[in-house]
Amino acid sequence: MRKLSTRRRHPLAGIAVLLVALGVVGGVYSAVAPEPAKAATASTQDVEAGRQLFLIGCASCHGKNASGIETKRGGNYGPSLIGVGAAAVDFQVGTGRMPMAKTAPQAPKKDPEYTAEETRQLAAYIATLGAGPAIPDDEYTDTSGKTAEQISEGGEFFRTNCTACHNSVGAGGALPNGKYAPALDGVSAKHIAEAMITGPQQMPVFSDDVITPEDKSNIIAYIQQVQDQPNYGGMGGGGLGPVVDGLFTWIIGIGGLVIAAVWIGAHGARVKKK
Amino acid sequence: MSTIDEQTNIEDTAFGKKAAGPVGWLDDRLGLAGASKRSHLLRKVFPEHWSFMLGEIALWSFVVLLLTGTFLTFWFVPSMGETTYNGSYTPLNGVEMSQAFASTLDISFDVRGGLLIRQIHHWSAALFVAAMIVHMLRVMFTGAYRKPRELNWLIGLGLLLLGLVEGFAGYSLPDDLLSGTGLRFVDGLVRSIPIVGSYLEFFIFGGEFPGDLIIPRLYMVHILLIPALLLALIGAHMILLVFHKHTQWPGPGRTEKNVVGYPMLPVYAAKAGGFFFVVFGFTALMGATLQINPIWVYGPYNPSEVTAGSQPDWYMGFVEGAVRIFPNWESTFFNYTWSWNVFLPGAILPGVFLGVGAGWPFIEQWITGDKREHHLLERPRNAPFRTAFIVSGMTAYAVLWIAGGNDIIATQFHLSLNAITWFCRFAFFILPIVMFIITKRICIGLQRADANRILHGYETGVIERSPDGGFSERHAPLPVGKQFTLTNHDRLPVLEAPPETDHNGVAVPHGRMAKLRAKARAFYYDGVVDKPTVEDVHHAEEHLRDHDGHPVELGDEFQGVSETGIPRVH
Amino acid sequence: MSDELDQLPHTEPVRDPGLPEHQYRPTDVDPAQDKRAERQISGMFTVASLLLVGFCVAYIMIDKDQTFLGWSAMNFTLGATLGGAMLLMGVGIIQWAKKLMGDQEMIELRHPASSSAEDRADTLKQLNDGINESGFGRRPMIRRSLFLSMGFLALPTVIMLRDMGPLPYGHRNTVWKKGMRVVNDVAGTPIKPSDLQVGQLVNAEPAIMYEMDEEGHPVLHGTELLAAKSKAAVIVVRMRPQDISPAKGRENWGVDGILCYSKICTHVGCPISLWEQQTHHLLCPCHQSTFDLADNGKVVFGPAHRPLPQLPLAVDSEGYLIAVSDFTEIVAPSYPELARDQKRLDDKS
Repeated sequence: MRKLSTRRRHPLAGIAVLLVALGVVGGVYSAVAPEPAKAATASTQDVEAGRQLFLIGCASCHGKNASGIETKRGGNYGPSLIGVGAAAVDFQVGTGRMPMAKTAPQAPKKDPEYTAEETRQLAAYIATLGAGPAIPDDEYTDTSGKTAEQISEGGEFFRTNCTACHNSVGAGGALPNGKYAPALDGVSAKHIAEAMITGPQQMPVFSDDVITPEDKSNIIAYIQQVQDQPNYGGMGGGGLGPVVDGLFTWIIGIGGLVIAAVWIGAHGARVKKK
Repeated sequence: MSTIDEQTNIEDTAFGKKAAGPVGWLDDRLGLAGASKRSHLLRKVFPEHWSFMLGEIALWSFVVLLLTGTFLTFWFVPSMGETTYNGSYTPLNGVEMSQAFASTLDISFDVRGGLLIRQIHHWSAALFVAAMIVHMLRVMFTGAYRKPRELNWLIGLGLLLLGLVEGFAGYSLPDDLLSGTGLRFVDGLVRSIPIVGSYLEFFIFGGEFPGDLIIPRLYMVHILLIPALLLALIGAHMILLVFHKHTQWPGPGRTEKNVVGYPMLPVYAAKAGGFFFVVFGFTALMGATLQINPIWVYGPYNPSEVTAGSQPDWYMGFVEGAVRIFPNWESTFFNYTWSWNVFLPGAILPGVFLGVGAGWPFIEQWITGDKREHHLLERPRNAPFRTAFIVSGMTAYAVLWIAGGNDIIATQFHLSLNAITWFCRFAFFILPIVMFIITKRICIGLQRADANRILHGYETGVIERSPDGGFSERHAPLPVGKQFTLTNHDRLPVLEAPPETDHNGVAVPHGRMAKLRAKARAFYYDGVVDKPTVEDVHHAEEHLRDHDGHPVELGDEFQGVSETGIPRVH
Repeated sequence: MSDELDQLPHTEPVRDPGLPEHQYRPTDVDPAQDKRAERQISGMFTVASLLLVGFCVAYIMIDKDQTFLGWSAMNFTLGATLGGAMLLMGVGIIQWAKKLMGDQEMIELRHPASSSAEDRADTLKQLNDGINESGFGRRPMIRRSLFLSMGFLALPTVIMLRDMGPLPYGHRNTVWKKGMRVVNDVAGTPIKPSDLQVGQLVNAEPAIMYEMDEEGHPVLHGTELLAAKSKAAVIVVRMRPQDISPAKGRENWGVDGILCYSKICTHVGCPISLWEQQTHHLLCPCHQSTFDLADNGKVVFGPAHRPLPQLPLAVDSEGYLIAVSDFTEIVAPSYPELARDQKRLDDKS
């Protein structure tokens, strides 16, 4: 993907991009992004390095000025990234979803193409294009001191807002036409928080005004709890529920007991003479 | 037998001498010895075959269910009353829930061994229904439901239906998110019943869903009503089994008029009794190592929550699948709403499966006109229509299973949910027909192979070269016992069109019915290979005698394989 | 036996050779094998006893929080010892039957299931004697009135079930009312339009579910709350206004692209919140009915028939989202009187 995009490496994007971006942002997002971007801490070198990385690896789909490329039918080849914020970049690039390897119903999670440093630079660059959510800090992701009450509260939020798609132990679930809600095991607290804030792909946004940062950290603590706690009853079947229980019933249960029946009914060794 | 000289009589032993008094006392009042002698119960003969043990898996699972279920009732609180949880499982601390759910959590986390018993109970419930179905398929495939066993077949179907309802009621009791979602579905299903739906809904739930009565009511149904019915029907099933004596496979010395096997005491008492321990032990090991229905991660029922992968237990999977793939038909007439999209797949379709199952012995009897008693089982290949019919029914059922798990299949195999649904919509109608044709051809092919083995012997694996250079495989005759086994089944009836008029030229009454029946019979027997006749066998023998060497008596030097395909060892 | 076989007509291609000669087991002929089997079986029973003692030890010694392989140590140990013991006992008993118990196949004759003609005649006679002595046939008045009363016996049986539940009431309202705030589920906090970004989903409830009465108790609780939730739960979503194509009369039902729909599927009532923010499709996880929230909750896939009911939204003086009225369509699964109730609802508005 990155190699393919090298031919698009024109020095066209520059200050003009920033101006266009800021204009669009000011118009569309001031109403819906009440929280100011926190990306100001990134250095200008980071932004410039991020811009270079963007032009090499991302611009072929998202456009040289990151305002997106429309297909002939009016759909999005790659959506506009203006105002998506550093959090979206960190999630999409940090979980390997971006750059996409091929067109598919949705971008799958894979090994990241960029290093943590490059991801930070890309995020810094995108954050300068328009106000958007920053990479969540400890307020969202620190679950070390959570009490049982907070975890249990997080569980209530999780069951109300998350399990319908991601399943009660975060095993994931199906969406229409080949899309899916991914499994949550092994996903870092930061990425879970980013997904809630930014609403990647088909996932809706859960903004801080509705689900507060503390609620979010409680949810994350609950997810960690259900994934780290023992499978008290034994092998869990991946948390997929009664379908797997049914498979076990037939394959292990009926399979095993029919083998026992065959043994009981078998005639056994015989000898010719007494 | 080596122990023959050590035989002792129980009345001569120390135990026998002590027990003689009480046993005599009982016999004075109950006449046990006479009853036992008349029924020949203690030495009742049961034929031996692994497939005759399948029903026992269901029977013993039921006993396990009774035992573990009783244990669970000591702690379970069948109430929808509100409570705040403060037990050992901290991630649910402080959560409002029903007492039913809280007590199930207590059984899982605070009663030692409670989780084990809960898991054994759930696994054996799943196994109970599965074993009933496997047993039922064995009975169907071998024609064991034929006269005089039709009533026992119907009792069996009744047991299966009760097992489904019992399982569903149990699934609903813990009042976790999956139970509640299941009950919500039942509420929708009950509502969809034309005209009386709302009335039934309000009567069952004691008002609007969920009400506060459904769990106590289901509890009564689950631990009293249905277990009592199950016990009664199981008793009747067993009594009829003893009365009819078990069917047996054809073979040397086995006829329609006898039963060959081992006596109940001691062999079957030990084998069946031992099997109970095996079933219990095996289910306990499943309960020890395989987690089932972890209600603590589902959380308490809340009508505004649901989890991805909400499914019923496997035995309701076919209904679930049918409901998922059914078109969204709903209509309004006579000022009433008719929810075909729920009523037809949810209530009518299971009824059709059950109805066809219940009617099948009688339909088959009507088609074949066979009114005789049958105690020898029929090999599936020798009843190609029946076998194909069952396989096509199983195929339809399996398609519904797939549809019932379409979301899990979509995520695990990276397929489109919608594509699976559409596939199942067509496959439900097409695949059973395809499977019918394929199965019937396979059966007929196997029948031909059997006829070949009788007439031309079996392939020995010894390749011979003729003087002119051709290679051929040497055939050897099957042992007579094997030949007899292969031919010990009914000859095809003579198929003839029914007369349209009687000898006076008057149209025969019920002529149309008779025609239909003749057609059905022709279709039933279409393509079926009859077994060789006496003449065929004589002819084949003469033919073989003319052509030197095929087949021959096998001397001790013979190096090929035996008729079961096992190399001979000298 | 053999006499009977000889009388059979010789139409069968192969004649029944009769039961094959009995073959002996190794344990029948070899005392060493016999002894070995005996030791093997009693060994199994002994190990089973040890396992059962182990069960009790585990029950007393193991703490219920201990884990093993990431499973509950208690559950595993109790199950493994109990299951192992039972399995060994079962296998031992069966092995005993297979290796050491009598092995001679026995033959029992069958008899037709039907009674003999004589038995039938006898029984029929007894039956007739009974009936005649009772006068059942001769006294039609008694007979018929008895049948009548037996028929009437069905009435109390059925009528006694009447109090299983109330009669279904007419239109089933939800707790939504004009001016009631839309609040975030679980937290119970009211929602401002500015709290929602484009692509946002909020699982919400009517404010009454979080209200307290004068004594500080919740207005709705327990199963009453569940019943209310099972009809009134909603989802609030925000889309770009230009993506929404409201039906006639629904132009003002949203606030800046924020729309509110019932969360209860019109198929069989599962709560649905699997919203795809880009396609605006909402999927039910139970039976995969899919609704288009940008197009008035229209069904685009699956077994649901009726569109998802929409709750008209407005903003109150403090800027929070409120309901303009209750739903104008019946929420939750269909029922026979739905058409009638919907008509009444339409007439009212």
